Amino acid sequence: MSYPSVSLPRRAPLLSRAGWAAFFTALLAVCALAPALNLWVPEGSPFHLSGYMVTLLGKIMCYAICALAIDLIWGYTGILSLGHGLFFALGGYMMGMYLMRQIGREGSYQSELPDFMVFLDWKQLPWHWALSDSFVATLILIVAVPGLVAFVFGYFAFRSRIQGVYFSIITQALTFAAMLLFFRNETGFGGNNGFTDFKRILGLPLATPQMRMALFVLTGVALLGFFLLARWLVNAKFGRVLQAIRDAERRTMFCGYDPLPYKLTIWVISAMMCGVAGALYVPQVGIINPSEMSTGASIEMAVWAAVGGRATLIGPIVGAFLVNGAKSWLTVAAPEYWLFFLGGLFIVVTLFMPQGVVGLVGRVLKRNRPPAHVQQAPAATKSEASDSTNEANAALQGARA
Amino acid sequence: MVRLLLACALALGLAGGAHALTAEQARAIAAGDSTEARIAALNQAVQTADARTAAFVDALANDAVKLAGGQVLVVEGERAHDPVTGAAAALPADAEDVINNNLMRAALEAAQAALQLGSAEEPVRLAAARALLSEPDASRLPLIEAALASEKSPAVRAQLELVRAATWLASDDKSQRLAAAEALGAQRSPDVKLLLNQRLADEPDAEVKAALQRAIAHIDASLAWGERLGVLFTGLSLGSILLLAALGLAITYGLMGVINMAHGELIMIGAYATYVVQGVFQRHLPESAFGWYLVAAVPVAFLASALVGAVLERGVIRFLYGRPLETLLATFGISLILQQLVRTIFGAQNVGLENPPWMSGGWQLLPNLTLPWNRIVIVLFAAAVVAGVAWAVARTRLGLFVRGVTQNRPIAACMGVNTARVDTYAFALGSGIAGLAGCALSQVGNVGPDLGQSYIVDSFMVVVLGGVGQLAGTVYAALGLGVLNKLLEGWTGAVLAKIAVLVFIIVFIQKRPQGIFALKGREA
Repeated sequence: MSYPSVSLPRRAPLLSRAGWAAFFTALLAVCALAPALNLWVPEGSPFHLSGYMVTLLGKIMCYAICALAIDLIWGYTGILSLGHGLFFALGGYMMGMYLMRQIGREGSYQSELPDFMVFLDWKQLPWHWALSDSFVATLILIVAVPGLVAFVFGYFAFRSRIQGVYFSIITQALTFAAMLLFFRNETGFGGNNGFTDFKRILGLPLATPQMRMALFVLTGVALLGFFLLARWLVNAKFGRVLQAIRDAERRTMFCGYDPLPYKLTIWVISAMMCGVAGALYVPQVGIINPSEMSTGASIEMAVWAAVGGRATLIGPIVGAFLVNGAKSWLTVAAPEYWLFFLGGLFIVVTLFMPQGVVGLVGRVLKRNRPPAHVQQAPAATKSEASDSTNEANAALQGARA
Repeated sequence: MVRLLLACALALGLAGGAHALTAEQARAIAAGDSTEARIAALNQAVQTADARTAAFVDALANDAVKLAGGQVLVVEGERAHDPVTGAAAALPADAEDVINNNLMRAALEAAQAALQLGSAEEPVRLAAARALLSEPDASRLPLIEAALASEKSPAVRAQLELVRAATWLASDDKSQRLAAAEALGAQRSPDVKLLLNQRLADEPDAEVKAALQRAIAHIDASLAWGERLGVLFTGLSLGSILLLAALGLAITYGLMGVINMAHGELIMIGAYATYVVQGVFQRHLPESAFGWYLVAAVPVAFLASALVGAVLERGVIRFLYGRPLETLLATFGISLILQQLVRTIFGAQNVGLENPPWMSGGWQLLPNLTLPWNRIVIVLFAAAVVAGVAWAVARTRLGLFVRGVTQNRPIAACMGVNTARVDTYAFALGSGIAGLAGCALSQVGNVGPDLGQSYIVDSFMVVVLGGVGQLAGTVYAALGLGVLNKLLEGWTGAVLAKIAVLVFIIVFIQKRPQGIFALKGREA
């Protein structure tokens, strides 16, 4: 009996040539163009990038990292997390602890301890602040703490095969419980007010244009780096198994794959990305408090990914920029309409744009292209080897787009 | 007045020396050397009180007494008069206020209570006797004896005997102290326990100490029951609130499988509907009808939320059946829109809702356990709603259709059931129950645009814990969580208790994802 020869699909390149070009353009824009426009172009000039815009764009890039993280776990693995606000906040709080210690004796009580501890009449730092004066330890904690929380929670949740909406609701409950905990003064994270009034980082003052720019560039590089990492992950065999789990978990198990390590790995990576985003967010915005863990904040992250387009990597980034751009404009221009807009966006996107803005653009482009061009697309030849559903094909095409 | 005179006459007889308020006494009370001396003078004066003493003590308690060069004056607006003679007097410009510190105020209040023992009104006498219990003083013993001799009402008598025993506790006579400990031990009130504890701290005699400890142990034993029942009742009350909030969700999520994140906002709509009905009653109907506004609000809240629910189902949710995660996001969007809509119409502040008169107050079950009427009404209301829903699902035609569509949609459709319409009705029913929950919640909590958000996580927890698709499970889960929460609260505080409960649910669902009561067989 002879078997038909099976050939594995050729591994897709990390980025197409046009993709690399776009990537380096973005890198150049973040690392060279933005600093030049902000620091060297005089303030009156129409090309000047204001400090407000730098902070805003930096903040949105942090959100884009979160959207990317949500996309890895939701778009590619089919697990909707309503708890990424927790990981974002944990990263932020780790950074915040370091920044609080950097204030030194310049707080309003002139004490070694952060102001809120003096206010609570504490005499020494609680145990979980032990590593907060070391920058290196803080950098490790920023990924380790969200990663550990995600690992413990994810291990038990995925082991008991909690799926779908159940998982979403439990992550929501976890985040809600954490928010209640952080609201308490006794927890040692500043209660209601959280951390604010930061003065400097690594001994350098925070409130200078140069520092603002440096954080902006750092965030941009982190975002682009995470984009490449995500691209590498989903193109590798690992990413394909994730998508198989998303589309048909039972079938994947029958093929001999145990979904637990795959789900757990991507879940922890996603949580760590959110932690880094939170840590970059705090010094730019200058405050972290428990409201970052509210139910709404986590769901909003999911909407960024949904608006841009799930199961594409560029989609969540686009979505984060579109939604947050609209937010910062609308909350100033017409604050009472912002929630109507956001709520409407949730409904319109789920009802009419299941593939988001990127999917919509893709469809329009495809319609304008000559048909011969479509057949030359690599997706048509590669999907022969896979027996996945149409949805998976669409996702794969999206991933290559 | 007759009683006052009688009481005074008796008091005078017991005290021996018969004289009314004198100028020296007034000066000693108003401007004594120390607070202790002033209190001693006050208690002395109360023993021989007449109507002028009572007026003077009242004036002192109301800060209406001034000193002008050694003369005590009671000020009334622009004018002043002498407290002893009652003659009008000029108020010098340099008159100083009499300052009463807290110790003095407590003594004044006790003195006022002692003087009120002679009042003709039984509730006033009872309140006065209660007030005296917290400040026992041997100097008032003759007054109390006199009041006891003339008192007819058993409730006031019992209270007065308690005060007498409390006063005896401080007596120099050991046998009297022993008798007092014995008498007080039979009481079950927390006030008495406090009193006994205070005495225990200063008691020199071992025998009396033992008697006091026995009495305290006796009180503790009877108080413990009240406390346990109290925790159970507050737990039951919280449980019934959770149940009301989750019951609608048990239908829309449990039976229909729709993840409705706007459920909390449907509760909020019910609460605001109640507010609107209250406004209509206040503005357009006579005041005597106000007590009935809540009864009228129940159907209005149900219909308002049911209507919104039906519109949501027809307009949005219908297109998302079978896509739970998308439903979650879309309904969250709806919840944002509804919140902002309410904020635009009613403002961002909480609106004020009054309990109808028949819901205020409480039912005193034990000396240390009073059940508030509004909580009792909500527990009963929740029970009625559960019974109604169980009846609707088990006995009505719509219930039959809902169960049929839930179990097997295509077969139900083949049998001629209009499944789309059943979906709409079922969703409207679940939403309407959320409205009922809002109507009930408006009586115990704040009503504002954020009302729904505080219940959404809890509601989902209850439904998931109880087992999806199980009304009975929802009932047990809600009551269980309510009692568990309150038990933990007494132990760890409210926030930690809430966190502990959430963690418990998360762990529980890991172990038993199907909930407490899973459907058996293939349905599960």
